[in-house]
Amino acid sequence: MGPNPKMRKEFFDSTRSSPFPDEVLERVLSLLKSHKDRSAVSLVCKDWYNAESWSRAHVFIGNCYSVSPEIVARRFPRVKSVTLKGKPRFSDFNLVPENWGADVHPWLVVFAAKYPFLEELRLKRMAVSDESLEFLAINFPNFKVLSLLSCDGFSTDGLAAIATHCKNLTQLDIQENGIDDKSGSWLSCFPENFTSLEVLNFANLNTDVNFDALERLVSRCKSLKVLKASKSISLEHLQRLLVCAPQLIELGTGSLMPELTACQYAQLENAFNQLKNLSTLSGLWEASAPYLPLLYPACTNLTFLNLSYAFLQSHELESLLCQCPHLRRLWVLDTVGDKGLEAVGSNCPLLEELRVFPADPFDEEVIHGVTEAGLLAVSYGCRRLHYVLYFCRQMTNAAVATIVQNCPDFTHFRLCIMNPGQPDYLTNKPMDEAFGAVVRTCTKLQRLSVSGLLTDLTFEYIGQYAKNLETLSVAFAGSSDRGMQCMLEGCPKLRKLEIRDCPFGNAALLSGLEKYESMRSLWMSACNVTMNGCRLLAREMPRLNVEVMKDDGSDDSQADKVYVYRSVVGPRRDAPPCVLTLSEVDEASRCDGSPTNQNPSRYELPSWPHAPCRTGLRWAGFSSLRNLFVVNAWEHCVS
Amino acid sequence: MQGGFFGGGSGGSVCMSTVSMEDNVVMSSEDSSSPDEGELELGLGLSLGGAACFKGSGPRGCQQYARILTAKDLPSKVSVSSSSSTTSSSSTLSRAIATAGTKRTADSVAASNGVASQVVGWPPIRSHRMHIMVNQAKSQVTEEFSSMNKRKNAVEEKVGNKNINSDNTKARTSLFVKVNMDGTLIGRKVDLNAHGCYETLAQALENMFLRTTTTVNMTRLSTPEHKNMIDAKRHSQLLGGSSEFVLTYEDKDGDWMLVGDVPWGMFTSSVKRLRIMRTSEATGLGK
Repeated sequence: MGPNPKMRKEFFDSTRSSPFPDEVLERVLSLLKSHKDRSAVSLVCKDWYNAESWSRAHVFIGNCYSVSPEIVARRFPRVKSVTLKGKPRFSDFNLVPENWGADVHPWLVVFAAKYPFLEELRLKRMAVSDESLEFLAINFPNFKVLSLLSCDGFSTDGLAAIATHCKNLTQLDIQENGIDDKSGSWLSCFPENFTSLEVLNFANLNTDVNFDALERLVSRCKSLKVLKASKSISLEHLQRLLVCAPQLIELGTGSLMPELTACQYAQLENAFNQLKNLSTLSGLWEASAPYLPLLYPACTNLTFLNLSYAFLQSHELESLLCQCPHLRRLWVLDTVGDKGLEAVGSNCPLLEELRVFPADPFDEEVIHGVTEAGLLAVSYGCRRLHYVLYFCRQMTNAAVATIVQNCPDFTHFRLCIMNPGQPDYLTNKPMDEAFGAVVRTCTKLQRLSVSGLLTDLTFEYIGQYAKNLETLSVAFAGSSDRGMQCMLEGCPKLRKLEIRDCPFGNAALLSGLEKYESMRSLWMSACNVTMNGCRLLAREMPRLNVEVMKDDGSDDSQADKVYVYRSVVGPRRDAPPCVLTLSEVDEASRCDGSPTNQNPSRYELPSWPHAPCRTGLRWAGFSSLRNLFVVNAWEHCVS
Repeated sequence: MQGGFFGGGSGGSVCMSTVSMEDNVVMSSEDSSSPDEGELELGLGLSLGGAACFKGSGPRGCQQYARILTAKDLPSKVSVSSSSSTTSSSSTLSRAIATAGTKRTADSVAASNGVASQVVGWPPIRSHRMHIMVNQAKSQVTEEFSSMNKRKNAVEEKVGNKNINSDNTKARTSLFVKVNMDGTLIGRKVDLNAHGCYETLAQALENMFLRTTTTVNMTRLSTPEHKNMIDAKRHSQLLGGSSEFVLTYEDKDGDWMLVGDVPWGMFTSSVKRLRIMRTSEATGLGK
């Protein structure tokens, strides 16, 4: 949604009063949910900018270092919900040191002062300590929703603090974090009169939980819709929980280890029979054939089945899939093999998303897993497929071309041929044509991960055809700087580029100078970039933060890991010793969060690549170019 | 009889399936600058801490952040195998990739002849997921060992994973060793503790290797003649010394020995890996 070009110009002369009272405008704008719409709206004129700021209830910050909490609070005074992302994605794969940063605490301190009525906090790849969790629990009386995904630094003590103090909690979602799992007694910290929980996901944890406390909690929270248990919950436990909560919409079971008597089995069967509304099923650790039929009655309305912890064989998967006619999303382990995926193709006509994870990723020499045949079979049967994450050991160009021909609507295509630099195993050629086919055919492609033996040709294709691509992951690929240049010169919507182990050097890095300001971030590790190249980048582009991490024993000139991102607040001050921030901004003008204290030379009006900004400038009566810059920078930085 | 087969045989060379076995062996040994058996063994080692001790491993060395895996530069590895390819685009690529780590020494180029598992953060699977799989493998091995038959492959993989991912602890309940056969690109793993004697081990290996083709596609041989042949020679084909192949193993000292000469217990305590060797090449092996 953008400014209506038919409106008369004088409408937007800021010296005239707005045609609507502010309250009406705010009310209208509060109906806008999408960040992109809101960004566009805020550029129309000063009144709209203000109204949008006052009506924004949810802020999404894609890179916590692109902006400061003070700036956020000043711009949006009435925020109730914050989503904050921190570390670069490759931290999930141990490429980033643990003390790198992205500490949530400074944000909480500002929020406690400015957003005391904060209700929701969703964190991804942030460092979260027990102290922070306790601080959060104590300082925000209305707090309702906590979601921690891929975070680390906290223990179950922090969860205990949340349980103890958050009287209005509705969602506690702990996923895939590096938790110090001390004990399960945190569950008993929920007060006996606490009944508001709607979402509880503790699948991340390993230790035994206090089951009685859990059972009582589940029985008294009548609005509980989502329950994802950890592996320590046995089948017997599960039966007791299901009896208390037949209204569940999403269930994560505990362990399916066989250990029931016939009578218990029957009881559990009954319990599953009661789950008429289940749309998501996950967990299923140690699932084994005799117990899978227990799940069948609950599968009728399933749209998302997560079997990624269940070591199933193809026939077991097939039997399960026959029960799920409405399946839209499926996650499996590659133990099901190509045969299992044929069953997917035959039984899941509505499938939109498929993720196949490797059960044994590090053993190349044992024959198992899935091949190109599996995905091919899925593509023939599931024409609506638009999201795939596929770990395999062999692939061919022809297969990929056919797959995208069958399913041209891919928005996310993440193919991981696990042996780096592996060519098409039938023709021995690079996999260039495969990804060429993907970007040519899938015009809606937003996210792409490439693998296999790839020359610069792949990147020529990507640059030329991938017009909607926003996220690109590249590993062990490319022949020369030209590869990266193609990516940077093409791909107009590129926001995140992550590269590892590729022969791209300074020339490639520096070919994207203009581009990086329109992107959220760039990651390059184990490439050919040097410290001098990074320094040059930092010097040329003062509004980018250029951070370098070096490996042990590497020589001084190499920039082993480079992380580049735009920011309105300059280099961060909490970088650990292993992170070198390269910047030309002198110490005196280090940002304290207020844009007016910035070194003015950083804020000459840039030539922003996006048309709406210029249009906005022409229409709006902004009192200063600097304000406009900050607005624009904000919109770009936080997206 | 050289490490070149194993070193080159893993990873890159495997995928060059159109190149014949002999070519692979020859080319790999020409191209590797220092595939010292000892270093290769480290590279392929099951305990991951070991690979960090590479000498001359170049600036990448061992990363302090590697928890489960060791850091080895893979582009160099690709160059070793790519350069054995005959297509010109690949060789350009391999030259380019070989320069990708200009800081890396020649030693590390060849020394990192390990498999993809030696690279930090690859394949890109979240640590959380890997921990889950390892933990599941542990509990499943101890509790489901008896009901293994139907799910043999899955269990093998899980326990194999466990071996790889726990630094120096061997599984108490299983002892997986790699088995390669001359003429076969892809090796297998066998659990020695699942067998109490040489006969069953030999039979298991025969089932694995002599009943299936060696192509990556793994189509099973189904001709009746072949099956009959296997059945007829069921008894100790590999141990009897009468067939085309003979079963050998590498012991702790790095020597290759014929399987079957020492008591079973002594064998399992000293074996590092197995190889089904052509009888013609097995002359002069230590007994």
